[in-house]
Parts: sequence; structure tokens; C-alpha cells
Amino acid sequence: MKSFRCYTVLIALLAWQFAVPVNAEEILMARSLQPFPEAMLALQESIRDHGYTVSRVQRVDIGLTGMGYKTDKYRIVFLGKIDEVREIASKAPRMIPYLPLKISIFAEDGQTILIASNPRLYAAIAGDAVDPAVFERWESDLRSILHDVSLSE
Amino acid sequence: MRLILIAVFMFATGVVQAAPDGGQLYATHCAVCHGDKGTGGVGIPLALPSFLESVDDDFLRKTIRHGRPGRVMPAFPALSDAQLNAIVGFIRGWSGKPVPVFSYKPLKGNSRHGRELYVSYCARCHGAEGEGGKGTGVTFSRRRDLPIIAPALNNPGFLAAASDEMIRHTLEYGREGTPMRSFLVQGLSEEDINDLVSYVRSFSGAPVATDHVVGTDSPVLVADSPYTLDETIENLRQSIISQNFQLIRTEYLEHGLVEEGKEDKKQVVLHFCNFKFLYEALAIDPRVGMFLPCQVTVVQVDGKVQVMTINPMYLSHLFNNNELDDACKKMTAVYRAIIEDATL
Repeated sequence: MKSFRCYTVLIALLAWQFAVPVNAEEILMARSLQPFPEAMLALQESIRDHGYTVSRVQRVDIGLTGMGYKTDKYRIVFLGKIDEVREIASKAPRMIPYLPLKISIFAEDGQTILIASNPRLYAAIAGDAVDPAVFERWESDLRSILHDVSLSE
Repeated sequence: MRLILIAVFMFATGVVQAAPDGGQLYATHCAVCHGDKGTGGVGIPLALPSFLESVDDDFLRKTIRHGRPGRVMPAFPALSDAQLNAIVGFIRGWSGKPVPVFSYKPLKGNSRHGRELYVSYCARCHGAEGEGGKGTGVTFSRRRDLPIIAPALNNPGFLAAASDEMIRHTLEYGREGTPMRSFLVQGLSEEDINDLVSYVRSFSGAPVATDHVVGTDSPVLVADSPYTLDETIENLRQSIISQNFQLIRTEYLEHGLVEEGKEDKKQVVLHFCNFKFLYEALAIDPRVGMFLPCQVTVVQVDGKVQVMTINPMYLSHLFNNNELDDACKKMTAVYRAIIEDATL
């Protein structure tokens, strides 16, 4: 009986330890110490390594400089998996404006910053139609991609 | 068994956890904005010697803990006191100078006279009501010879973190390497400076613009169209141009994800841009790329045509940037107008 009580306390303590909430970031950000071109290459490579397709790269800086504005490199990389995009667009049409995923990447004085919104936020938009595990996996993948780029040399 | 229980308790309460690594914590939470060596970026240059010489550790700790509501710097409520101290210790490592210590005793001054001085000496940079300089950090959209943005003196995060004496010290000595100059050198007396501190402290009671309420907006702007898919697309093109935006391209949602020709033809995205607006938005906050590009999507499901976009107002709270809220409001209004024009 005494042993059972000890185990109960022990389990409760462990549960408390691991139940401490983690501050969920709404914006995922990373800094690469590499200049923009190298970071951009690393980003596209990591995206492919994670099984996603780069569907397009929006060259924001090219548009701006073409219109006479002075700016450093700024691109938006769109990425996705066709099966997932189709499934989510079908199950939760409200998600369509948020598809596919994207990562903003811009130069900062010889280094590079990468930003993405946390896909976990999309669970609230999709509602019950989509398994939240999908968005958790997207978050995990984006974190991993950003991590890869921040460590690339 | 009792020993095991004690060990688990000590682990669970953090008693035996390793001391936090300030460098690692800084790299995780701060470096992306402030730079890996504190040289600044989206955030201010923490390694600036004159900054570190004029703020005490408590100011740094409280700044990390509470952030600057509406001014980009987020709060870090989940970090432990030990973690805060570790980060502060790491930041201090960039300075070889002794850590300043300031009294938390309130200063007495004539805030009415302080207001007169504020209008003459401070408002040009810090704003008429202490709202601070415009923009975000020293990113590509700002001149790099201006390494710091005038802080928002009316910000509750600043007022909670800064003691009167710390503010007075900054006024007396300025911050070398920034536009903030010594007010003693500019001819003000110590009494004048106390009056200024008193006026700055009076911002504590003033309301601060926080007009964005999280969760009050729908994440998506959507409308049914009474027209066919092609007609709706054509209407949207006209509507986009009438809102002074430039149509960039029209493509399928699945473009680039599948072989050309195999895309779902009932999901079409129109990309458009107003470059002046884009430039201004990036100057406010370079993270705004999360909204980009401006686009509206037309879908046809079971014969029904719908037009939809993201709602920038829904997303604006992510940035903790009141200045950006105005741009988001404007963009939401543009999206609504485009959708309404095209589907009427």
C-alpha cells in the first residue's frame, strides 16, 4: 500500500513536470549567418529533403527595385505536398487562402533571416475538418527546415 | 523508495537541473532579431556600448519578461528567473564596463515644465505622446547609420522596466552612437532633467493605442459570387486595378506542385501588388512577408463560385506591432472592396 502511494506521487510529479506549458510561438523565425544566396540555396535544399516541393519563389525585391524602390534581397518561397494541399482544400475550403505553405527569406547585412507563420495556427481555421496532427507535423517540418538553414555552412 | 521520490521531486522542481546556458538561450530566443553578436536587426543593437552602460540588469530582465506591447519586442513569460539572469549575463559579456546600478526611488520634478521641455527637445524623435520612432530595427528598409529607433517612452513595458534614475542617466549622458545626445551638454540643468523624467513617468497613466483585439476578426474574407468562374476572375481583375493595385499574375492554386496542365482548374489565384504600399509596409515591419503576396483566390465547388482571401487584421496580432495594425486594417479594407466589387 505504501509502495503504491509512493508510485502515485511519483507519477503525479512526473506528469506535472511534463505538463508545464511550452510557450507556443506564433511566428517561426531563424537567422542564418550566411549571405542571402547561400541561405536561399540551403533553404530550397532542406525543403526538398523534407519531402516538399518548392512551387514558386516570389521575388519581392525584384518587383520593388523595378518600380524604383531601394531594397535588399527579399523572397517568398512557396512549398507544399500536392496530396496534402488537395486534401485540406477539399476538407476545409477556408484554408485555401493559406495554401500552400510559405517561408519569407530576406537579407540582413550579410546574414539572412527566415520567417514563417506557425502552421499550428491553422488548426483554428480548419476546425474539426482536418486532423490537427497535420498542422503539428507542418510545424515540426518548418522548424526543422529553418533549423537546417540556420546551421548550414 | 523515499530516496527515489526525493530525487524525482528535485528533478521535477528544477533543483538539480543544470544551470541555464545564457548563450544558448540568447541564440534560441533573441539572436534572430538582435543578431548573434547583438549588432541589431529587427531588434535593437544590444551590444552597443552606450546602451549597456546606461541600463541596469533589472531593466534588461523586465524588458525580456514583459516585452514592449505593440512594439515588436515580445514578452517571455515562460522563461524562469534563472533563464532571464543567464541571458542578461550573456548580453553583459559584450561589455567590459561595470554594470550600472540605479536606485528605484522615484524622482521629484515639475512634470508641467517637463512637458514644455519634452515638446522642445524630445517629441521630434520620441513622438508627441511618447509613442516612439517609426519602423522596426535596422533592417534593409532603414538606414544603417541609425542603429536604434527612438523608444516608445509611453510603452507600459518600458515604464515598467526603466527606473527614474535610469531615465535620468540617459538624459544626462545620452547614448553615444545614436541620435540621443546628452541634455546636460545641450544646456539643460539637472533640475530640468528631473522635470523631464517626471513628465516621462506621467505617461504611466496615459492610455496606449492597442486597437487590435485578438480573435475578433475572421481568418478568412469570403463571398459567394453570382457569376461564373471566368466572369468572376475577369471582375476581380477590373476590381484590383480600380483599387490602384497592379495585377501581377493569374495562376492555379496547384501551380508548381503538379505537372503543368494537371492542376485543378477550378482553383485560381490572382496575385497583385501596390509597390508603394508594399514598400511602406516592409519599412514598418520586414516580417510582413508572411502576408505576401497580395492575392485573392477564386474556387468553384459543385457549381458554386466563391472568392476568398486571408484577413490581414486576423493575422496582425502575431506581430505585436501597433504600427502594422494600421497597414493591416487598410489591406483588409482593400480586400473587402475588391471582393465586393467583383461579386456584386
